[in-house]
Amino acid sequence: MTVTHDRPNASASARPSASGSSARPRRRRPLIVLGLTGVVLLCIVLSIAIGAKPIPIGDVWAGLVSPENSENDVIIRSLRVPRTVLGLLVGAALGIAGALMQGHTRNPLADPGLLGVEAGAAFAVVLAIYSFGVTDTLGFVWFAFAGALVASLVVFALGSLGQGAATPVTLALAGAAVSALLGSFTSALILMDRQTLDVFRFWQVGALTGRPTRVIWEVLPFLIVGLLLALYNAPALNLLSLGEDVARSLGQSVFTTRAIGIASITLLTGAAVAAAGPIGFVGLVVPHVARIFTGPDYRWLLPCSALLGGSLVLLTDTIGRVVVRPGEMQVGIIMALVGAPFFIWLVRRRRLAAL
Amino acid sequence: MSDTVSATATTRDPAVPGRPPFRLGPAISGVWRPRFLVVALIGAVLALLALAADVGRGDYPISIVDVLRVLAGGGTDAQRFIVIDLRLPRALTGVLVGAALGLSGAITASIARNALATPDILGITQGASAAAVAVILLGGSGGVIGTVGTQLGLPLAALAGGVATATLIYLLAYRRGIDGYRLVLVGIGVNAVLASVVSYLLVKARVEDAARAQVWMTGSLNGRGWEHVRPVAVALAILVPISLILVFVLGALQYSDDTVRGLGIRLNAARTGLLLCAVALAAVATACAGPIGFVAFVAPQAAIRVTGGSRPPLLASATFGAALVVASDVVARTMLGDLELPVGIVTSAVGAPFLLYLLAVNTRKVRL
Repeated sequence: MTVTHDRPNASASARPSASGSSARPRRRRPLIVLGLTGVVLLCIVLSIAIGAKPIPIGDVWAGLVSPENSENDVIIRSLRVPRTVLGLLVGAALGIAGALMQGHTRNPLADPGLLGVEAGAAFAVVLAIYSFGVTDTLGFVWFAFAGALVASLVVFALGSLGQGAATPVTLALAGAAVSALLGSFTSALILMDRQTLDVFRFWQVGALTGRPTRVIWEVLPFLIVGLLLALYNAPALNLLSLGEDVARSLGQSVFTTRAIGIASITLLTGAAVAAAGPIGFVGLVVPHVARIFTGPDYRWLLPCSALLGGSLVLLTDTIGRVVVRPGEMQVGIIMALVGAPFFIWLVRRRRLAAL
Repeated sequence: MSDTVSATATTRDPAVPGRPPFRLGPAISGVWRPRFLVVALIGAVLALLALAADVGRGDYPISIVDVLRVLAGGGTDAQRFIVIDLRLPRALTGVLVGAALGLSGAITASIARNALATPDILGITQGASAAAVAVILLGGSGGVIGTVGTQLGLPLAALAGGVATATLIYLLAYRRGIDGYRLVLVGIGVNAVLASVVSYLLVKARVEDAARAQVWMTGSLNGRGWEHVRPVAVALAILVPISLILVFVLGALQYSDDTVRGLGIRLNAARTGLLLCAVALAAVATACAGPIGFVAFVAPQAAIRVTGGSRPPLLASATFGAALVVASDVVARTMLGDLELPVGIVTSAVGAPFLLYLLAVNTRKVRL
């Protein structure tokens, strides 16, 4: 994976100029999508093959195509494949949500985790566990949406309030404050009820294990709607990145664009958090890497972010199975260990360029 | 220190008209600002009243007047037992922890020239908690961290964690000098890593231990006795005088680095000394009562608004912090009837909206 290797390029193309992308990435884009699809496939194979019990590549293929109920086939079909699919979906959702947030807030540090949207969804889920005794994902989803929506509205409101535009710093801080506040409410609920704590602490770290297969089917419709809204949002977001006034003068309704963006972010983040718990930094890292390949055009950036997000989560999850054998390290933890240095590197760059 | 410059400034031509100057030895000089002292005293009175209210609450309610009477040396034997042996240590812990956090926040924000650079937002308290949680959860079950930690005890482990985190953040944020905002953002990043480390420890632990750690992590005064009061009292007794002496360079630290050097102040020595004081205060407070959120941010910000001036006043920040923590404890204990909430939930519920408000009103005003 090319998470942090292409640094010179990253800083250059992460700063989209008004003149748009250069011709080079434009011509190569279809090839890039093809390449990224290859990366995803590789990550899928690794995710199925590596684990507590390593499975040879040949058996992986056999288990997928012609299962014979051998031990490996059972592991593959009942454990590894659902987990892989879930990771793919969650990663894609968070990657797109991150790209949308960076676009709408014009903030290179935007990420559903850092800006408090995941914390909003997480608090709502705990509220669901505690007050309403909800235990299934389909119940979580609606609460997660409500929490994610409220949190993203707060963040966006802070972005538009005050004098002048919100700086990257303001938003990151607002996100930290919202996360801290919701975090303390969350722990208040947990403290009142040990059973909630026991459910919550496993869910809180962000993991792909222990989620029943039907979770995938339950969140899938929401993810699809969120994805379609995001793709529909892309051309408008391209206009918006020229500035609100320019977009308005070109006949674009800024309000509608923002509303669709928030709806999409809410659906994608809410569904991802309901399915796998809060996984931070995917939405931060992925769009920056994707921009290296695609340039600033959101019609290409969003699909590439989905592919990269899926690969990143799968890869991280696979690493998590290997590093602390015989135990596992949850994907959310590894993601923080990978993502935070990336975040700090972004912060340390000379100019904290706004998007 | 360049004696000549400040001597001429203070004796012949007072730098601040109408304010009598004073001088103590070579390093300490300034002008009397009665408002600063008055505000600090008001904070202390508020803290005392909150303490009396906190002590009065419980299964055997005692009126504030009676509590004050006991504190002054009167009262019945039963009242004396309940107040002095049972409830006072808890409330006193709150006072000391609040004062330590308020002071620590005032110092770090002044050094970074940024209101947001407080130990909890930067992640220093998170570092102290991570170390402490590691000790709580791994203490019995062995492991290197657990064994070393049990030997050191919770306060020292938290102190080590806090100092290590502060050093890490400083080094990561250093880029031809320290920029306040870069420091804060790096702190947020480090915070995220430490938070996920804590989550991992929680997942690995037995649910009983996890519950214990969770209470502690929210910042709680529950079950604090005299053995908790002592370490914070000792730390404050040592660190407050040092801070109050070093603070006389703080006045200069709000200028640019070059100006500070031009004034003849050994910038790095002063800054390092103050930072160590602040980190130690925050870490000891965290070790004692857990990371009580936003006190280190709110108390100095409230103090600066009441006193005026260009940077948080140290004494007022400390007394405001004490009042805030104890008053929040009263609320935490009364809000939900019989159920006691950890005090940190109340301080976060006050502090986070305050931070959001400051960000919304004007981003520029948040700069010091």
